[in-house]
Amino acid sequence: MIELHDLTKRYGKTLAVDRLSFRVPQGVVTGFLGPNGAGKSTTMRMILDLDRPTSGRVTIDGKRYGQLSEPLKYIGALLEAKAVHPGRTARDHLRWLAQSNRIPERRVDEVLSLVGLTPVARKRARGFSLGMGQRLGIASALLGDPEIVMFDEPVNGLDPEGILWIRNLMKRLAGEGRTVFVSSHLMSEMAVTADHLVVIGKGRLLADLPMPEFIRRNSRSAVRLRTPQPERLLDLLAGAGLRHEPGPDGSYEVVDGDLAALGELAAANGLVLHELSPQQASLEEAFMQMTADSVEYHAGDGPGRDAAGAPGVWGAGWKADGARPAAAVQQEEN
Amino acid sequence: MTSFPAILRSEWTKIRSVRSTVWTLALAFVVTVGIGALLSLLTNNNFTEFRRHDADTPFDATGTAFSGIMLGELAIIVFGVLAIGNEYSSGMIRVTLAAVPQRATLLAGKAVVLGALALLVSLVTAFVTFFLGQALLGSHSTTLGEPNVLRAVLGAALYLTMLCLFAAGVTTMLHNQTLALGVLVPFFFLLSPILSAVPKVKTLAHYFPDYAGSRMLLVYEQHGQPYGPWAGFSICLAWTAAALLGGALVLKNRDA
Repeated sequence: MIELHDLTKRYGKTLAVDRLSFRVPQGVVTGFLGPNGAGKSTTMRMILDLDRPTSGRVTIDGKRYGQLSEPLKYIGALLEAKAVHPGRTARDHLRWLAQSNRIPERRVDEVLSLVGLTPVARKRARGFSLGMGQRLGIASALLGDPEIVMFDEPVNGLDPEGILWIRNLMKRLAGEGRTVFVSSHLMSEMAVTADHLVVIGKGRLLADLPMPEFIRRNSRSAVRLRTPQPERLLDLLAGAGLRHEPGPDGSYEVVDGDLAALGELAAANGLVLHELSPQQASLEEAFMQMTADSVEYHAGDGPGRDAAGAPGVWGAGWKADGARPAAAVQQEEN
Repeated sequence: MTSFPAILRSEWTKIRSVRSTVWTLALAFVVTVGIGALLSLLTNNNFTEFRRHDADTPFDATGTAFSGIMLGELAIIVFGVLAIGNEYSSGMIRVTLAAVPQRATLLAGKAVVLGALALLVSLVTAFVTFFLGQALLGSHSTTLGEPNVLRAVLGAALYLTMLCLFAAGVTTMLHNQTLALGVLVPFFFLLSPILSAVPKVKTLAHYFPDYAGSRMLLVYEQHGQPYGPWAGFSICLAWTAAALLGGALVLKNRDA
């Protein structure tokens, strides 16, 4: 288990990571979410003891990273896609890595086949596409058959097929009981892969909760109504005691409204409806609102620091059922 | 702790799985042997003409065979820079340090592998250079049995090995391949040779690693020589140790 205790990293005047404390739960996919520049990569580098914290500490299974004997057997990480010597073959890259931690060499061919790179195993990395580089990075992370895997923005720059492959891989790894810790700046990506969510902004912890909980808290639903007789609609809503908000293009939205009840209300009163549709706030919007303060702070360095974020911007975030892309249930590759 | 033999195996795989190792070491061999052979041949064919101006000093047949070492050393310096520097240019250093978090031990492992390979190639280069040079010098040649000759040939190999490790240490300190090449190559190719010929400044330049280390190659004592071959060896060794130590300190204390 990865545990962070008041982890802080300061670069000169900039506080990149600010007293970050959380645990990465075992055996599930934990999404590490934050806008660009929130301190995700710095945190991950500190977990691997690549960057030294200004204060605070990180432990893996209770030990500092440097105390792990043969660390690749505990935790495998992909930080950058093409951190490979361009003149070295994929196989040789994995071989030196395996030897350094006394991992049997047959494991090299196993992980190559696992990530689908067997056909190019003896090709130099120079000619690899970003996707292939990413697969090689994942192969190195899995080399030591570790309990914990950590990926930094693994889907960045990948084509849809590559994105799907990584999503399925992460679920498979968690399904095998491994701890998966993956960073992203895209809520939509996390929504389809993560079981648990850690959100940071400006180096500070903003949220640390199970994904279903985040969805429940953040996806308020509403029913959108559009009619050529707006005055009658407003009268009916007021008569039924339903709270409403103006929606786009002259429509009205009833927060937490019951679709069927509203349809029946309109029919019973002979109201013409041009639209009657369920709406859900996208998680992306919820995430952006959560981190808005930290993003603004980065750009403007203003004094305002109320972490709650301004309410009332919800109207802009209503989106037709867009919260959970269908790709989540796509079949597994291979 | 990651085991040291495992680090050595891993670094050995790294070093032999890239082409730059082969071509830089081959270049060091070819340049040192080739230029030495060429100069030996020319000297033999034009001996009286070449020796007209310095007839009062003994002819150094060993030194003539090693005429190419000043260029050959550049290739082995480049080898030292690339072996360390490519990890920084590719970002692979972070993969390496995640696998082996004991940074000083890691650098020691790199230095052992790099040094052993450089020493092996340098020894082969030195002996081939010597024997080929002597063969081409004909009647003016010397043998390993003559005083100081074997020391000079072995000294040439140690000299090249130390420069390679010095370059590796400096590259670790600079943690940047391009910068290391940009500093080391002009230094050894231009700056040091020029400065060691400038009055006053040359006193300082005589303590640079290349001047000091190359004292090992001298068979005859030269006029105005500041120190002997073994003192030169020690100075060069001290530079090498300092560069590697500096590299270890930077590697240990810096964020990767």
